[in-house]
Amino acid sequence: MPDREPPFPSFPDSRAVPRTRTRLSLVWFIPILAALVGAWVAVARIRSQGPKITIVFRSAEGLEAGKTKINYRGVDIGVLSTIRLSEDRQSVIAIAQMAPKTEDFLVEDTRFWVVRPRISGANVSGLGTLISGAYIGIEIGNSKEEKSDFVALETPPVVNIDVPGRFFVLTTSDLGSLDTGTPIFFRRLQVGQVASYALNKDGQFFTVKIFVKAPYDQYVTVNTRFWQASGVDVSLSASGLSVQTQSLLSILIGGIAFEAPATGAVLPVAEANTVFTLFSDRKEAFRPAARNPQTFELIFNESVRGLVPGAPVEFRGVPIGEVAEVRARIDLKTLEFAVPVTINLDAQRLGVKVVGLKSQAEYAAMRRKLFDSLVARGVRAQLRTGNLLTGSVFVAFDFFPGAPPATVDWSQTPVQLPTIPGQLQVMQAKVTGIINKLDKMPLEQIGDNLRKAIADLDLTLVSARGTLVSAQGTLDNTSTLTGPNSVQVQQLDSTLQEVSRAARSLRVLADYLERHPETLVRGKKGEAK
Amino acid sequence: MSPAAPTAMQQGLQSCETCGLLSRPAPGEEEGRCPRCDEELVFRKTASLQRTWAFLIAAAVCYIPANVLPVLTTTTAAGADSDTILQGVVLLWSPTGWPLSLIVLVASIMIPSAKILALAYLLITAQRGSIKNNEQRIRLYRMVEFIGRWSMVDVFVDTFTAALIQLQPLMSVEPGPGLFFFAAVVVLTMLAVESFDPRLIWDATSSKEVQHA
Repeated sequence: MPDREPPFPSFPDSRAVPRTRTRLSLVWFIPILAALVGAWVAVARIRSQGPKITIVFRSAEGLEAGKTKINYRGVDIGVLSTIRLSEDRQSVIAIAQMAPKTEDFLVEDTRFWVVRPRISGANVSGLGTLISGAYIGIEIGNSKEEKSDFVALETPPVVNIDVPGRFFVLTTSDLGSLDTGTPIFFRRLQVGQVASYALNKDGQFFTVKIFVKAPYDQYVTVNTRFWQASGVDVSLSASGLSVQTQSLLSILIGGIAFEAPATGAVLPVAEANTVFTLFSDRKEAFRPAARNPQTFELIFNESVRGLVPGAPVEFRGVPIGEVAEVRARIDLKTLEFAVPVTINLDAQRLGVKVVGLKSQAEYAAMRRKLFDSLVARGVRAQLRTGNLLTGSVFVAFDFFPGAPPATVDWSQTPVQLPTIPGQLQVMQAKVTGIINKLDKMPLEQIGDNLRKAIADLDLTLVSARGTLVSAQGTLDNTSTLTGPNSVQVQQLDSTLQEVSRAARSLRVLADYLERHPETLVRGKKGEAK
Repeated sequence: MSPAAPTAMQQGLQSCETCGLLSRPAPGEEEGRCPRCDEELVFRKTASLQRTWAFLIAAAVCYIPANVLPVLTTTTAAGADSDTILQGVVLLWSPTGWPLSLIVLVASIMIPSAKILALAYLLITAQRGSIKNNEQRIRLYRMVEFIGRWSMVDVFVDTFTAALIQLQPLMSVEPGPGLFFFAAVVVLTMLAVESFDPRLIWDATSSKEVQHA
């Protein structure tokens, strides 16, 4: 450059300032710094990401990829990153990005479910999700086995795994108004819930899993009775009307109540998952179980209308058993129709104490003796009306001294016990007898005779009328004789006047004679002069 | 612009970048200062290519987290939502809101990436002494220089939103980590543009011209 002649000589010279020159510019620190920061952010990001899990849902309703959180006790511990349909389009597969250090939560028995607003019976839950949208609930299991593929529950679990208490199993043939979450009552205090229920494979029974919270689970003893406390239980029976309720809540949504029968002894607490029977009501639950029920048969030659299985069998008013079955039977050989009633009797309730009897045979022999003697003394079964309003009928055993003699045939199975017609039937029979007698009366003949008699009477009356007419004539004559203007009356009148005068004269004479009795002898003085 | 125009450097002159005064370099090896405005005088910007590369690489590095990390965290009663720039574009995309979405897409995604690519192209061609498309390249450079500052709008809007929408506990908006990287991209690309000496575009042409001459 200096070799070229500058064309503009008038340009001033710049000042020379010494400066140090750097080979590699410090500016390279900037990309290095950027790279370092970027790498640090990336590492932090990767480190902050926990495990990825797959949850299979029936439906992704309310779920949103990148938005729906997995929430445990109000803390977000994960978020759904992708949601897609399964291959067979029957379910939804969601991949969730969990928070770091959540590996311990993702174990074999960890459960997931979608929290949506839910109103079931007394439980209103997930109302917050109305605003915030659905989230996924998680219940962390206790297992040690790690897992990354889960199938979400359809409904939230009723019972949290960390709530102390115990599960029990109830079997029932009728679910009634039970549902998941139905409360369990103990002395009207809510102590648990129905966790789940399932119909057995044979379709005959429901298995209801219930959870009783601690410390109330200790009141579930081996002989505890469970019954359906659903709503108002109104029962009309031979004993009359009875109303049973548990609480207002259970009236609305149903419930299960339990109670141990009052016994003096302290019974062992039931193990978890003990199977109990769920009775339909309290009465049934506490009906003393027949400890040694004996089946007998009663044949009634009358209508058993009103007699239902479960009707009481009483001995002089004391319940000793119940009717098991009522059916009709026809004997094909004799073509005889009978209504055998099978009853279960608990002989022990008759006061037969099994004391000192070792063998069953000895006991049976004693029972036979008892029944034989009772029947010999006139004990018979009879149908009686328990409740006139409902027409329910029960079987009563009582002494009927006048009953035809009978014996018990122990060779039959079931053994037949002698019966006697019911009171109503006896009454009916009497009424029928009267009607039959009435029926037999020769009413027509009587009518004929009566008619003839009436015809005779008619004739008699006609002649009577003639007699009366002549009587009238006689009376008329009498009337003319005795009338006020008749000659006879006037004559009688004048005669009577004459008699009256005669009587006066006689009195005058009598007076005179009284005063002058001597005139009878001497005659009248005045006249004598 | 004729491709064969002589440059000041070829004439042994330095131009002041601030006031445009041409001056002869001071005697000796040292570069001087502008006699009028006291600006440092150099024939060409010091280590222009190197610096530009450095800034550009830094910008490119920051561009990745800027797009991957969320720029805005919206906390509502429904929960916290973190959105990246691209998610914001998708979110805004609706039959009525598409122009807004388009603005975000262009200003926040297309322009930064276009800037980085354009600068890389300019750097490579300048480094290889390319003599083609000089006019196009200088136009590209001007465009990049002009448009670069507008990318800051995004950062500006985000910070404004974050500052204004603080309705605790109902709703609040907080800038996400991606925003810092995005701002860094914008700043770094602006610095890269600043450090690039556009005269390098035609230096090769002029020197070739001189050689041929």
